[in-house]
Amino acid sequence: MVRPIAGAAQLVERARHFFSSLPDTVIATAVWLLFAALVIWAVTSEAQLVVVGIIVGSILALGAIGLTLIYGIMKFANFAHGDTMMLGAYVAFFFLTGQVARDATEDAELPWSIGSLPGALEPIGKLTFGYGLIIGTVVAAMVIALLLVALNRLVYRPLRQRGSGIVVFAVASLGLAMATRALMLIIWGPDPRVYVSGIHMADKYDLGFTTITLKADQIFMFAVAVVLTALVYLLLFRTKLGKAMRAVTDNPDLARVSGIDTERVFTWTWVIGGALVAVAGVLLALQAQLNPNLGFVLLLPLFAATILGGIGSPQGALAGAMIVGISQEVSVGIDLSIGGADILPLAPAYKFSVAVVIMIFMLLLRPQGLFGAKA
Amino acid sequence: MTVLEAREVVSGYGEVEILHGVSIRVEEEEIVTIIGPNGAGKSTLLKTVFGLLPCKRGKVFFGGEDVTGQSPQVMARKGVCYVPQSDNVFPSLTVQENLEMGAFIRRDDYRPKIEEVLALFPDVLERRHTRAGKLSGGQRQMLALARALMLDPRILLLDEPSASLAPNMVDLVFTKILDINRSGVAIVMVEQNARESLNLSHRGYVLAMGQNRLEGSGESLLNNEEMGKAYLGG
Amino acid sequence: MKVDRLLTPLSFLAITAAVIIMPAERSGWNFDSVISFLTAFATTVAIFAVITLGLNVQWGYTGVFNFGIAGFFMVGAYTAAIFTKPPAESEFVRYIGGFGDSLAFLPFLDSGQWLPFVFGTAAAALMSGALAFALSIPTLRLRADYLAITTIGIAELLRAVVLEERGLVNSARGLIGIPRPFHDFFEPDDYKFVYFGIAVLVLIIVFVAVERGIRSPWGRVLRALREDELTTAASGKNVFAFKMQGFIFGAMIMGIGGSIYAYERGSISPDTFTPFFGTFIFWAMLMVGGSGNNKGAILGAYIVWGIWTISLQLQGYDMPEVVRSRIFFIRDLTIGSLIVIVLLLRPAGLLPEERKVSLFIGRDTGPRPREPAAEPQPTDEPPPD
Repeated sequence: MVRPIAGAAQLVERARHFFSSLPDTVIATAVWLLFAALVIWAVTSEAQLVVVGIIVGSILALGAIGLTLIYGIMKFANFAHGDTMMLGAYVAFFFLTGQVARDATEDAELPWSIGSLPGALEPIGKLTFGYGLIIGTVVAAMVIALLLVALNRLVYRPLRQRGSGIVVFAVASLGLAMATRALMLIIWGPDPRVYVSGIHMADKYDLGFTTITLKADQIFMFAVAVVLTALVYLLLFRTKLGKAMRAVTDNPDLARVSGIDTERVFTWTWVIGGALVAVAGVLLALQAQLNPNLGFVLLLPLFAATILGGIGSPQGALAGAMIVGISQEVSVGIDLSIGGADILPLAPAYKFSVAVVIMIFMLLLRPQGLFGAKA
Repeated sequence: MTVLEAREVVSGYGEVEILHGVSIRVEEEEIVTIIGPNGAGKSTLLKTVFGLLPCKRGKVFFGGEDVTGQSPQVMARKGVCYVPQSDNVFPSLTVQENLEMGAFIRRDDYRPKIEEVLALFPDVLERRHTRAGKLSGGQRQMLALARALMLDPRILLLDEPSASLAPNMVDLVFTKILDINRSGVAIVMVEQNARESLNLSHRGYVLAMGQNRLEGSGESLLNNEEMGKAYLGG
Repeated sequence: MKVDRLLTPLSFLAITAAVIIMPAERSGWNFDSVISFLTAFATTVAIFAVITLGLNVQWGYTGVFNFGIAGFFMVGAYTAAIFTKPPAESEFVRYIGGFGDSLAFLPFLDSGQWLPFVFGTAAAALMSGALAFALSIPTLRLRADYLAITTIGIAELLRAVVLEERGLVNSARGLIGIPRPFHDFFEPDDYKFVYFGIAVLVLIIVFVAVERGIRSPWGRVLRALREDELTTAASGKNVFAFKMQGFIFGAMIMGIGGSIYAYERGSISPDTFTPFFGTFIFWAMLMVGGSGNNKGAILGAYIVWGIWTISLQLQGYDMPEVVRSRIFFIRDLTIGSLIVIVLLLRPAGLLPEERKVSLFIGRDTGPRPREPAAEPQPTDEPPPD
């Protein structure tokens, strides 16, 4: 009974060996071609789906960049990442509005908050939010960065010094995820919130062959995702700290041997990661809502994007996130029948399962992802 | 002046004790080779001296100063540089970036030093912007040596520099080691390739089962009958 | 350290005391209601202990890092439910199976009261085992962290299927009216003691099965391969096969746990099998109790469920509304933080991993707590010298 299983497993091994050994350039070209084909096909039939996919991808990208940095440098899967994103969103909310939940129906509000500043809530141009949210995000970034550095000092460093395996870190981060979600529920209650209430109309853009609808906020998210990816890329490839981060990702022991203070690199990783997480959280909440349960739900697509792109690679995180985002939206939106059988669309409940399947394929065939280093 | 001294060092991995009181000494600008059978504790000794392993008993002195148990970062700062046997370059960084990492803790402008070091290794210099993971085994070994030179060390600790290299590369590596030594850097090497390494060493130690067995000049050890059969092999 | 050795008995006593005193106080020292409460508490502990034992087989003995326990738990529970319930009849309640009535086919011994449940539990074990079997190919060769992410993903995928496919097991509305074994023989008031007995019986059977399995030659290979995969492979053992067997064995136990959970609750829904309640809580139980130790698994279930129950009990006390309305979240925060604290201060759990495990040698539990062994990696060996 075991033999066909072992045989199948061997087949998978051979496939994995093949795909993992393909040089980077081949992979990159193949991916872009495949992706371009997918986009063209989708755009000509359902452009709006692709647009939504790109927006989802932008939000995933912001989370994935932070996750890929932390995963690559700290060398563990941070299961608390999604909930930390949402915490960042809530912290920004708190500084913007000063509100926390008093009981099931009422909020308590601080006498002063950023929203009290003149014009802080005035929408900037076509965006739905004012400069108040931007300040709130900056403050949230600092708070989360500080929180993560403290967590590193109190939890992760002692575990590291004890030589704990990835398992211990993973379970600890899962515990922290649960605790973070509970904390958000305690402070702000289970009812979803928004930064700016009211319905906001999307704009229609005529592309010639089709029209798409987009909110200005969403264009903003895409821009932020691209800019942040570029900034992180520049950090990693043009600055001394960034190169040290890549060195530690490659070989932490050799980094230590070269005299690099790896603990300082770790601290900076949490600072930068924390800031990225907070920004990602705010934009997530802007696109969707503030909801304590949303963080963990996002974890699977985030991991999928990170692993797909290659752990440690910011451009991989962006590419992986876009692929996951677009695949998710297309698979639940587009019609596809093969031989009379309705394959697509999938039911919306399966959206995140698409991410899971993509991830499993990647892990089986090319575990280093698109742009990651071969183990 | 004794650059490096290990006195009655006892250490190992976790519970397992590998070294049961080993002593070695390296003088200024010397090349010292440590040989011995597998499991003798040669690599363990280097790692303990450099601070990668805790020193349970015994002491380590660098330039007369007690540096027992100091971390690798501190040792590197003081002028002791270590080249591991394997995984001794950063594969996804370019040659240039590898050297920059070697020079990470320097406070001055390290760029002239990079040029100086690269001049010693023309093969690597050519491939300056290639990612280290794409270099051949021999080139990687050269890069590993180059990386260690970036901090102007007084002494280099080399763990099996000729391991898994083709014979012509082995010669090249040893030539480079000689060149480095001539520029004033003391060298301690752990080697399996006993014959070649003893050939160019001033002195050598033979370790077995975590203890000192023999000590002497490179030449005398080479000619030592007792050793020839037991430790030199081929 | 003194505190160290006393920690286990102290925690046990503290939980036991709280679990007796709190309901006693709240009910005005009513003996019956305290006993009733304790029975319900102990029954749940027994059920969760079974699942934790399954996790111990998978992680403590086989070294498979399964974050998708919820999937096996859920499959076991739902399978048992559809095997024991009567067929779906209404427009609004739809599910497959419903073999309950047809399985009561023995004409004597009132088989409707026990036979379907035997089938149900057996089927639950088989289905969970089959799931593990199917998952073996994509997951077992993965590195620990990838395995964890993948198993969470698959558990959530299964939950999405349950939620989406309305005809399968009644999606979000769940299944209610799951029958109970031997129910008709007893007064409703007495039944809880009976079920407690059943749960404990199942726990004992599973415990003995795991203990014997681990001490058998098969079990020793399993433990050897967890410590050092490379050497075990070198001695000719098919590592993958052994891992798969351990994985499946553990999964089957989780399925059994799911089945007795379903019978006890009487109703289940997808909400129960979330990553927190369906997976994380069992990891908490195993880590607290001591991974690699079957008694530890049971102790951990007792302590963690004790803390869970106690924090709910606090609701009954006079406390500001601010706290009372948030008691569930405070409970979650406590359990989540507890696991982090345990990992920091007592990573091996309360009961240490058993060192020598063999039918032929006396049991030897190590004197110091040991860090749960990291994922076996070839590079953990000290390099050859």
